[in-house]
Order: sequence, then C-alpha cells, then structure tokens
Amino acid sequence: MAKFTAKPDELSKIDFTPPRTRWMETPVEIREHMFCHAAKPKELDVVGFPNGHEWRPQDEDWKLPENWERMLLEKMSDLLGKYRSFKVFMDICVRCGACADKCHFFIGTGDPKNMPVLRAELMRSVYRKNFTAAGKILRKIAGARDLTVNVLKEWWYYFYQCTECRRCSVFCPYGIDQAEITMMGRELTNLLGLNIGWIAGPVAACYMKGNHLGLEPHTITSSVEFFLDDIETITGIRINPSFNRKGAEILFVTPSGDLFANPGTYTAMGYLMLFHELGLDYTWSTYASEGGNFGFFTTNEMAKRLNSKIYAEAKRLGVKWVLGGECGHMWRVLHQYMDTWNGPADFLEVPKSPITGTVFENAKSTKMVHITEFTADLIKNGKLKLDPSRNDHLKVTFHDSCNTARGMGIFEEPRYVIKNVCKHFYEMPEDTIREKTFCCGSGTGLNASENMELRLRGGFARANAVRFVHEHYGVNMLANVCAIDRATLSTSMDYWVPGVGVTGVHELVGNALIMKGEKERTIDLRMEPLPGKEGAQ
Amino acid sequence: MGPIFALFAVIALVLVAFVGAGVANLHFLFGVVIPYAAFAIFIVGFIYRVLIWWGSSPVPFCITTTCGQQETLPWIKQSKLENPSSTSGVIGRMALEVLLFRSLFRNLKTQMVEGTKLVYGEAKWLWLAALAFHWSFLVIVVRHLRFFIQNIPAPLKAIEGLDSFLQVGAPLLYISDAVILLAVTYLFLRRVFIPQVKYISLAADYFALFLILSIAGTGVLMRYFLKVDVVGVKELAMGLIGFNPVEAKKMQEIGVLFYIHLFLVSSLLMYFPFSKLVHMGGVFLSPTRNMTANSRMKRHINPWNYPVHVHTYEEYENDFREKMKGAGIPVEKE
Ligand code: HEM
Ligand code: SF4
Ligand code: SF4
Repeated sequence: MAKFTAKPDELSKIDFTPPRTRWMETPVEIREHMFCHAAKPKELDVVGFPNGHEWRPQDEDWKLPENWERMLLEKMSDLLGKYRSFKVFMDICVRCGACADKCHFFIGTGDPKNMPVLRAELMRSVYRKNFTAAGKILRKIAGARDLTVNVLKEWWYYFYQCTECRRCSVFCPYGIDQAEITMMGRELTNLLGLNIGWIAGPVAACYMKGNHLGLEPHTITSSVEFFLDDIETITGIRINPSFNRKGAEILFVTPSGDLFANPGTYTAMGYLMLFHELGLDYTWSTYASEGGNFGFFTTNEMAKRLNSKIYAEAKRLGVKWVLGGECGHMWRVLHQYMDTWNGPADFLEVPKSPITGTVFENAKSTKMVHITEFTADLIKNGKLKLDPSRNDHLKVTFHDSCNTARGMGIFEEPRYVIKNVCKHFYEMPEDTIREKTFCCGSGTGLNASENMELRLRGGFARANAVRFVHEHYGVNMLANVCAIDRATLSTSMDYWVPGVGVTGVHELVGNALIMKGEKERTIDLRMEPLPGKEGAQ
Repeated sequence: MGPIFALFAVIALVLVAFVGAGVANLHFLFGVVIPYAAFAIFIVGFIYRVLIWWGSSPVPFCITTTCGQQETLPWIKQSKLENPSSTSGVIGRMALEVLLFRSLFRNLKTQMVEGTKLVYGEAKWLWLAALAFHWSFLVIVVRHLRFFIQNIPAPLKAIEGLDSFLQVGAPLLYISDAVILLAVTYLFLRRVFIPQVKYISLAADYFALFLILSIAGTGVLMRYFLKVDVVGVKELAMGLIGFNPVEAKKMQEIGVLFYIHLFLVSSLLMYFPFSKLVHMGGVFLSPTRNMTANSRMKRHINPWNYPVHVHTYEEYENDFREKMKGAGIPVEKE
C-alpha cells in the first residue's frame, strides 16, 4: 500500500454532488487509505469469535464461509428479535434527509453513502427484501434488494466508516440512531470473521491481559513508576500509589491508553497527583486495567465479557465504589450498559466523596463516578488549592466527546473544572459542541494508521471548528475527556490546525494543583517551562 | 424514475375509482366494501406493526440520546427535557417531539464557504413545512368527523370556526386546506431540488406525497369547485358507521369525484401499515427518545441477558503470578 501523502488543501476539496447512478446501482469501491486491515484469525480465536480466516478487504474474494447468506439472515432475524430499536429504525425512516449533512464522514468525504440515512438504507434494503411483505412483493420499487457479496462489501466498508457517534440521532425527528444500526452491522460482519485488526487485536489483549494495549502487570507498574519519577522532578514529591490492594475504599479504572502514550500520560500524572494530594484511599488494578471497551465495536456479548472485569475486581478487592477516568466510549458503556450487563452491583455502596461528603445520587445504582464529577465537586467545595496562572500560556477550548455528550450528557462538569484551572477558555461555535459536537473522526476502533485518509476526512469538521477559535482567539490547546481523543486529535490537529496541542482535563488540573510540600514549580507536566519561569532551570 | 412511477401509481388509483364508480357503477364496492376493508386492514395492520412486530422485541439497554446536561451534582442545572431523568421529563420530551417536532427544529445546513471553511446555517423550512403539513392534516381529519356525528359537538364547531376565520370565499375557505397543499408541494419540491434529498428518495417517498396531495386535491375540488351532494355523503358516512349502508340509488347521486376521493383515502389506509407512514407509531417507541436517562441511578433490565464466558481473575493471576510478585503486586495464591 502506498503511503498516504495528500496535503490538507487537496483533502479539503470535497465534492458534494451525488453520482449520476442511483445508489443501489453504484457498486462499492474499496479505496486505499479508507479502510483498516483485516483481523488475523488468531486474534479472533483467542476470544472464540467465529469464522476467523485470512482475507484482505481489497481482494475480490473474501473467502466467505459457505452458506454465509443464510448465516447472516439468521443472525439478522435474531438481532431483530432482540432489539426493538433495530426493528423500529428499520421501519420508520421517512428519508427527510435531516440527518444527511450531520455526519462528519459525509462532511469530510462527500460520499452519499456516508449520509446516515443512506448508511442505514444499505441495511434497510436487505431488511425489506427479507423481512417485510412490501419488500418481498414490490422489490426494488419498495427499496428492497438481495443480499449479495457486493452488498456485504458495501456494508463492511461503510459500517467501518461510522464511528457510532450518534450525531445523526440528535437531529433525526424520530431519534433514529445510526450507531445502533452500525452496531448490528458490525455484529453481522463479525459473524463471518470480517473484523478489523485494529479492533480484534485490542479485544484479544484486553481479554487475556486486562487492557487493550496488552500491558502485563509489571509493565503497568513500571509505566506508572516513570510518571512518578517525572512528578517527583516537577514537584519534589514522591507519590506511592497501590495496585490490586484489597480493602481500599475506591477502585480507579481508566483507559490503558493513558498509561502508554503522550499526551494521555500527562493526564494519568494529573490523576496520580490529585489523588495523592487528597490522600485518597484508592487502588489501581492490573486485572481491570482497562476502562475502554473495544469489544463494544464487535458484539454486544464481547463488550459484556470485557466489561465484567470491573465489577468482578471491585468485588474481589472489597472496595466501596468505583471511580472512572477520562474516556469517551468507556463512559457510554459504563453509563448505559454496565449495570444492565453485569449488575446489580449490590456489593458496593452508593458513592460518597470521602473528601466532601457529597453523595453521588446520580450513580446510586451503577456505583461508578466520572472523574470530572468528582473533581468538580472538590473544587466547588473549596477542597483544592489551585493556581490557574500556571496554565496561563494556554488558550484552551473544550471538545465534547461524542459518547460522553450524546450517551451521557456530561457537559458542565468538565467545563467547570477547566474554568477553575485555566484563565483563558473559549468555546468553539455553538453548533459544533455539546450535543452537537463533532467526532474526532477515529472512534469505534478506527484509529489505525492504514486508514489515515478516512480519519483525517472524518476529523475535518472538528478541526474546522478548532481552526475557528485558533484564528479568532489564538486557542492553542484542545482539552477533552477521552483517551482516544488525546491520541487521534493530536494527529488531526497536526494535519489540519498545526499549533494546537491536545490535553486531558486532569493534566490541566495537575498543573494548577498546589500540593502540600511541593517545591516551587518551574515546569509543567510536559517538562516544559511554566509561564514566567522560562529561565528558571 | 421514482417520481414518475409514483405519479403513475396515483393516477392509476384515480382511474380505478373513476371507472369503477363512474362507469361500471360499482358504488357498493367503492362506497362500502373497500372502505370497510381498508379500515380493517389499517387497524389490524397498524396494531400488528406496533404491538406484535415492534412490541415482541424488548428494549435491552437504556440508550437514550442525551441532548443536554445530565442530572448530576445539585448545583449544576440539569436539562430536564433534553436529558430527562424522570418520567415527567420524558413525557415533556416526547410531547415536544410529537407535537412540535423538536428534533427537526435543530436542523442546520452544513455549508462549505471560501473553499475550506465549514459554516452551519439555519435550516427551518423543513421543520416548518413538516409541522404545517401534519397539523393541517390532523385538523382536516378532525373536521371530517362532522360526517360521522349526527349533532356536531361544540369543540368541532370551534375548530371549523377557527379554521375558516379568514371568512373569505363561499363556501368559506379552510386555512388547513390551503396549508396542506402548499406544505406538501414544498415537501415534494425539496425532494426534487435538493440533490442529496433527491438521491435518497425512493419511489415510495414520492408515492406518499402524491397520494396525500391527490386526497387533499380531490377534497378541495369537491368543496370549492365541483360540488358534490354533501347531504348524500353524510348519509353514506352515517350508514357506514352504523353498519347500515344507504341504498344504491342514493349512492349513485353523490358524484364520481367523491368516490375517487374515498378510494384514495382507502388506499392510504391500506398502504399505511406497510410503509414508512408507521412512523406515526414509531415516534412513540423510539428508544433514544422515550427512555429515561437514569441508567446509573436505576438498573435497566435486559430480559435476554445471559451469562457469558469471562477471563477470571484467577486465570489472570495464574498467567502472571510470577511477574506480579516480581513487581510487588499482591497475589491471592503465593
Ligand atoms: C404522531 C403523529 C406523527 C408525527 C409525530 C409525525 C412526524 C413526522 C415528521 C417529524 C416528519 C419529518 C418531516 C417531513 O419530512 O415532513 C414526518 C414526515 C412525514 N409524515 Fe408524519 N408524523 C405523524 C403522523 C403522520 C400521519 C398520520 C401521516 C399521514 C398519513 C404522516 C405522513 C407523513 C409523510 C408523508 C411524511 C414525509 C414527508 C416528506 O416526504 O417529506 N405522518 N412525519
Ligand atoms: S433524519 Fe431520521 S427520518 Fe430523516 S432521513 Fe435521517 S434517519 Fe430518516
Ligand atoms: S453515528 Fe456518527 S458516524 Fe455514524 S452515521 Fe451517525 S453521524 Fe455518522
């Protein structure tokens, strides 16, 4: 595969004119740089996924199992029986087009099959043919078509060009959520072993080793050890966190990405500093060392299997409640799925901040609190000493992650925290934030490197809004509460809006936090000089 | 292709009724049998769609699409309608969706300016036309009740009065008649002129619009231009609901236009349960809108939740015991 080299001004020339041929007569073209490599059979075997085989998306022959149509239609029937959402969303779309230009992939590619409504029609056409009277009798007139290899390829190509961000669902008059349909599509492709490596690899690693990156227990502690060294250099304070400690009050779970790569690592340092300063009785776990859940991008069952470790570990360690770090899809799963799958968590207590005494009533069943809920409460109660001027060199804007926005609604907490730890905060245009936020472009396991064109095109709408505040207010830092964002937005910013960095919210907190007994700080968590301290070293 | 096909389909329906009632004199068929059949198909089909087809599948997860601030710390203001954590909030949210098309009101137009800049403009015309169409449709349906009730009740009279408050024309012009024709025409035109909307439109989408337009059109013709025997129509309607159809001679006197109108309405009723028009029921059942966003407060039960294979802590420790001990991590078994 040739390296992807297109320049931003080439990529931003987007043609929105639909093709001349109607969509059903326009065969899918599997384009280089727009798709991810196939999953390796051994990655699928680890977790018992069916039909793992060697194949390549760009090949003519996908080496499908015999009888694959039957298998798919049976599975589709099974899913229709399990999810009312699937049936209703198949039946009620009026094709008003309100969702059409709301998808970042459509905006970035101009490809009409990236309009949420058409992405759904790819599936709906097959549904009509096989599950409705009108489709069986009237066929094409009713918008029905047969399931063929080309249709399957089209499904695969476009269901792995949807990040399940749910922006379309906000604008649809019936709340039709393409994310839900994409999930069904991915269950179906998964059945035939047509997963992608970038998802299957992390799933297998997470299942066996506890986290997507496959960090083994000793690697986790040694990564954290590095952070502790850095924190000591910065603050003069040596922190001593615990791992797998029984009897701790709180289990802390965060995405493993934060232990691995910049700038997520700085966010992890922020957590460590905050918890130390509070004297929090908490522990990390190496078994439940992943908050995120790439299983969610394969099958519902796999997601549940990976998620089960959090409650299991909380029970084994005997903690009272669970605190969750900054991550997007992790919070969709924790907020809307975990309790249903693996609850009831009746062995835990309703979360109560040991510092402020605040009881988190909104988490009284799941017993899992979002870190910005926790920190916002601390700040509101005056429990933190903060020096926001340490972030004075930053002009910050905030990117709402799709999942925490539209699958949770956590908008004010992170903003409150940011505004208390930095003085210069600017919102992006209204239609690109909060429930209308744009995806980073690389969610749902699409953050590979071979699909870079797709990622950058998908990230274009978000980047455009950042560019606006960059040009108008000189914004140079894009804050977020998501580990995937921290990795993917960095790539997107370097490409579309050079000069804008990416940070987690708790990195900003770590910088501003005045710790007991700390030495005078001259550098920030990135080991760069603090404003006004440029010559101090 | 789509619009042409749909147009011919509707013309065919008109011709069927014209020939059937006007030429072949099959008044009993078109005035009694088909309306009864259509109504039965509508009721049974719609109930089947909602209760049996949709109703038989559970809602396994709480998948509310949250469009506002969640319920959280007491000092942070929750958006009770956009992210409702209580039943009353959900009722409010659904009322806004069903009565005012709240989500459609959010509509924006994404545009590229100066080559590479995205801007988001207001786009309320679809919302306005959709609302105008649906409300006028509802008013018209309600006004038709006068044919089925001997003594017109006051609220119905009030609606008629409001609908004709402009006091122009004879007979008085109903605003809803003008509005529905305009709104549906707009909805059709945008399907043809907005390239993306044209690209996604199926023949079925044009068919629904043409059918509704033809119903409204024949209705308007009957009321304002080619008058039919309204007293006869009322007798026929009363006969239908009383299961005591009027005699054939009376039926013949009404005029063929009425039978065309009635046949088109019957077609709509029969078509309804098998088409996208079931959105009337679906809008109430859409889980992203009708679920309470309290998934961390109250456990949502999935009826098909089943035990799964997990990689237990014990297995994990067996894999990594030595490494864990080496790193000073506590283990269960030494
Ligand atoms: C609870 C009742 C209903 C609600 C909340 C509702 C809502 C909506 C909304 C929001 C749209 C999208 C906007 C548009 O394209 O116009 C729509 C479209 C449509 N509705 Fe309804 N509707 C209801 C009942 C009905 C009924 C009873 C009919 C008539 C038979 C109907 C016929 C249509 C048609 C034909 C369209 C598509 C218009 C187009 O092609 O652009 N709806 N409806
Ligand atoms: S907004 Fe909803 S109803 Fe309209 S085309 Fe999109 S999915 Fe269909
Ligand atoms: S969920 Fe997001 S990525 Fe998928 S179709 Fe909708 S807007 Fe596009």
